[in-house]
Amino acid sequence: MELKRVVVTGLGTLTPIGNTVSDYWNGLINGVSGAAPITKFDTTHFKTKFACEVKNFDPENFMDRKEARKLDPFVHYALASTDEAVKDAGLEFDKLDTNRIGVIWGAGIGGLKTFLDEVTYFAKGDGTPRFNPFFIPKMIIDIVSGHISIKYGLRGPNFATVSACASSTNALIDSFNYIRLGMTDVILSGGSEAIINEAGIGGFNAMHALSTRNDDPSTASRPFDKDRDGFVAGEGAGTIILEELEHAKARGAKIYAEMLGGGMSADANHITAPHPEGLGALLVMANALRDANLTTADIDYINVHGTSTPLGDLSETKAIVDLFGEHAYKLNISSTKSMTGHLLGATGAIEAVAAILSIQHNIIPPTINHFTDDPTIDPNLNLTFHKAQKRIVRAALSNTFGFGGHNASVIFKKYEGS
Amino acid sequence: MSDIASRVKAIIVEKLGVDENEVTPEASFTNDLGADSLDTVELIMEFEKEFNVAIPDDQAETIGTVGQSIAYLEKNVK
Repeated sequence: MELKRVVVTGLGTLTPIGNTVSDYWNGLINGVSGAAPITKFDTTHFKTKFACEVKNFDPENFMDRKEARKLDPFVHYALASTDEAVKDAGLEFDKLDTNRIGVIWGAGIGGLKTFLDEVTYFAKGDGTPRFNPFFIPKMIIDIVSGHISIKYGLRGPNFATVSACASSTNALIDSFNYIRLGMTDVILSGGSEAIINEAGIGGFNAMHALSTRNDDPSTASRPFDKDRDGFVAGEGAGTIILEELEHAKARGAKIYAEMLGGGMSADANHITAPHPEGLGALLVMANALRDANLTTADIDYINVHGTSTPLGDLSETKAIVDLFGEHAYKLNISSTKSMTGHLLGATGAIEAVAAILSIQHNIIPPTINHFTDDPTIDPNLNLTFHKAQKRIVRAALSNTFGFGGHNASVIFKKYEGS
Repeated sequence: MSDIASRVKAIIVEKLGVDENEVTPEASFTNDLGADSLDTVELIMEFEKEFNVAIPDDQAETIGTVGQSIAYLEKNVK
């Protein structure tokens, strides 16, 4: 059977550096850091006292107070970015077959704040289980795709993908596959995360995963720098509307880019540490290229996972050099986490948006916060340090790797009509 | 209005996101104030918390309006 073509027709983001796609993109190309001292809880006893929080966000701009109270922040964020994407795509659901429009969403952890509050309340009591009836439906990850479907009346495929920091990339790949197989026309895909609370920061601190550069939060996320000391926690959401090409053309939709392929792999090595030689990373990029029917020479930009952890950045750059060979040195590579922090389950979505917009604008967002070269990282790679670079971007690859050893990569390409 | 009645109304306004003037004694949680079954359970739990009482399930099932909740609590809150 012939596979359908899949295009991107709408974008929405809520990020630590901008609450709309245009603000996010402007933040990216201007090298803005979203890191600042944590405002959401008292960090006195915490090793890390800063994060990339979403700023000036009021869920009641997107839902009424009663609804907002029953939803965890990770769902608030998802409804906000999806509101923007649906409007951007010009989707008029009353004119479309909503049985063929789905929602596939990624989150790594889900309603952690809700879990923390409810369990804390229980633990302080006398053992009587007085759990709020909304506890479970507020916390579970898949509730987010449920809420989006309820809001818009979408009766197509509906579920959530969970693969830690690769979650929303897996959501995009699943969406892409269902559309190209002809099973649906449109999928509202993406991811959201909201873990900046005592449990999230305390938990990641216990793993020594977070930067503790408390004296200078805005330079703490420094991927590839010799003195990088861990990732900076971020939060937010990104929505990408994926649509079958002929369906998009029939309704005169604007087309940002074509989604060309997705790859998946596992490290099969360690629960949190990347494979030291980057074998899983190499495999996932190779799988994505094969799926897209492209060669390494067709790629101009890689938005890397690049979380600013000592091991992860090194193994990912090794994998790029090993797979891309000489072309590795002709690529633009950047880690936009240097600006946004690490949005965990939402990172695949917002970084796919960055890759899509790099194709649209022919601009590569930078890796900010570079101070000292790391002698173990190949100096001939163009890691797009400090400032955005102009470059024609024919196709871009976005990598995400999650705890558990899950790897997922997607490829977008300039749309060319046929 | 009794102290209990005003506290009950405040909880209903907060939890169901309705206007205070809609919270009349006859108003049904589900038919008039937009509550679903989970909202109703949550309301009962909030009453228990606010007034430090335990409302057994068979009693909770008889509380469907604003007036019924006030009457129940006025009778059972010491």
